[in-house]
Amino acid sequence: MSKREGNGSGRKRKTDSVQKTDDSLSQTSQVIAAFRVFQQELDTKHDKYERLVKLSRDITIESKRTIFLLHRVTSVPNVEEVLNEADTKLDSVRQKIGQVAEELRGEDLHQFHKAFTSGVQEYVEAVSFHHFIRHRTLISLEEINARLVFVKEEKMETKVTGEGSFPGACVLTFQVTPTDYLLGVADLTGELMRMCISSVGNGDMDTPFELSSFLRDIHDGFSYIGNMGPYEVSKKLHTLRQSLGKVEDACYMLRVRGSEIPKHMLADVLSSRTALLDHDEGVA
Amino acid sequence: MSVTEMFSYIQGFLSADQDVREDIRKVVQVLEQTAREILTVLQSVHQPTGFKDIPSKCLKARELFSTVQTQIGELKTKFPVEQYYRFHEHWRFVLQRLTFLAAFVVYLESESLVTREEVAKILGTEVDREKGFHLDIEDYLAGILIMASELSRLAVNSVTAGDYGRPLRISNFINELDSGFRLLNLKNDPLRKRYDGLKYDVKKIEEVVYDLSIRGLAKEPEAGGDK
Repeated sequence: MSKREGNGSGRKRKTDSVQKTDDSLSQTSQVIAAFRVFQQELDTKHDKYERLVKLSRDITIESKRTIFLLHRVTSVPNVEEVLNEADTKLDSVRQKIGQVAEELRGEDLHQFHKAFTSGVQEYVEAVSFHHFIRHRTLISLEEINARLVFVKEEKMETKVTGEGSFPGACVLTFQVTPTDYLLGVADLTGELMRMCISSVGNGDMDTPFELSSFLRDIHDGFSYIGNMGPYEVSKKLHTLRQSLGKVEDACYMLRVRGSEIPKHMLADVLSSRTALLDHDEGVA
Repeated sequence: MSVTEMFSYIQGFLSADQDVREDIRKVVQVLEQTAREILTVLQSVHQPTGFKDIPSKCLKARELFSTVQTQIGELKTKFPVEQYYRFHEHWRFVLQRLTFLAAFVVYLESESLVTREEVAKILGTEVDREKGFHLDIEDYLAGILIMASELSRLAVNSVTAGDYGRPLRISNFINELDSGFRLLNLKNDPLRKRYDGLKYDVKKIEEVVYDLSIRGLAKEPEAGGDK
């Protein structure tokens, strides 16, 4: 009985399942169609992200090179020349940031922030280093942002042809976030420390003191912010302390022993403690 | 601008930022509470007694969603709309839960996949980013995946409650979802991790369907209709 019933219902089910597949097919196509849209949307987003990562990496590399170039100012007679060369390099970096701004047009800056934050930080480091060497002050966030305004010319042309004499060119701006600025400045202190040590090596006796007071200002600033900032900031604060310590030690050393030690040996003395100890023994 | 001035400017920015985050956190906490309430209402469909009055449970959940709408409306006022992604992390989790709940309600009502537009309507958000507070596509997909695992649970419990037809329908539905997700090129991100769990839900439901069909139980509704 039950077997027959099962058979009967089995036959019934066959026709039913055909119906069902038809039904589910139309439904499937609906769900699948929805997912095709999602696929496209996600792919577009991921592609954009990848492009931004690539740009960011280029920005990082170029900025790093600029920083290396700038480190030469301590040993080169014509500082202005190096600074100008660095400026042209930074211009090309800015071009790249212009491309980032182009990618981000109409997008939420923070949605893709992770993709380019490291590049921007490196740029802040380079540009603030450049600014410090020229002006001996800290570049402000507005000054950085003011240079990141891009005028898209091609867009203007199409607009001109399209609407006759449309005056406004398409202006793109890129805003460095305060956090990126802060992290970039924290990196800057490491460069300043290196600059301090190498300038001693060249017999420059004023720069280290200038640097130490500047670094102290920055350190005070960071201590003022303290735990307010994001996690990365407090991490960098530790490195900043170390850099400051090294610069302060260098200044101390210069003051105490500057007159005793021949200038060409000073750099060795300052660059490491062991060198200092060896030297001490040698003198004694 | 001196170094001190610069840093005090940044400090001002950071403390303003923190205030905004604090406000958002408060609203999100309330939102999470409501989401838990909705979940409690919907959880009872897993009870044998709950199967009979699914519609009334859905209705009750929908009522609670109107609370969600006002709460999300409040959240919208806490920050500038173009900075959605700056604070995204704060409500990402709860929005995924709410998407799941909305999708679950819609599934229980009509056994179909909720569209993004529907979710947006239920939660009182916008569909497009340009128009304001919206539901990110990845959050939507994550919510759908949470629902998939809830449905695999529902399949098991519906068998316990004597409803042998439901697991088959759920199985069809989940298979569709699976083939839908297979279309996506996911990166190695949280969404991908969650998607990797979908195959276990699929497997679980297939086992339930298998158990039913070797015992001839799966055919019961048709057999019942035959009589």
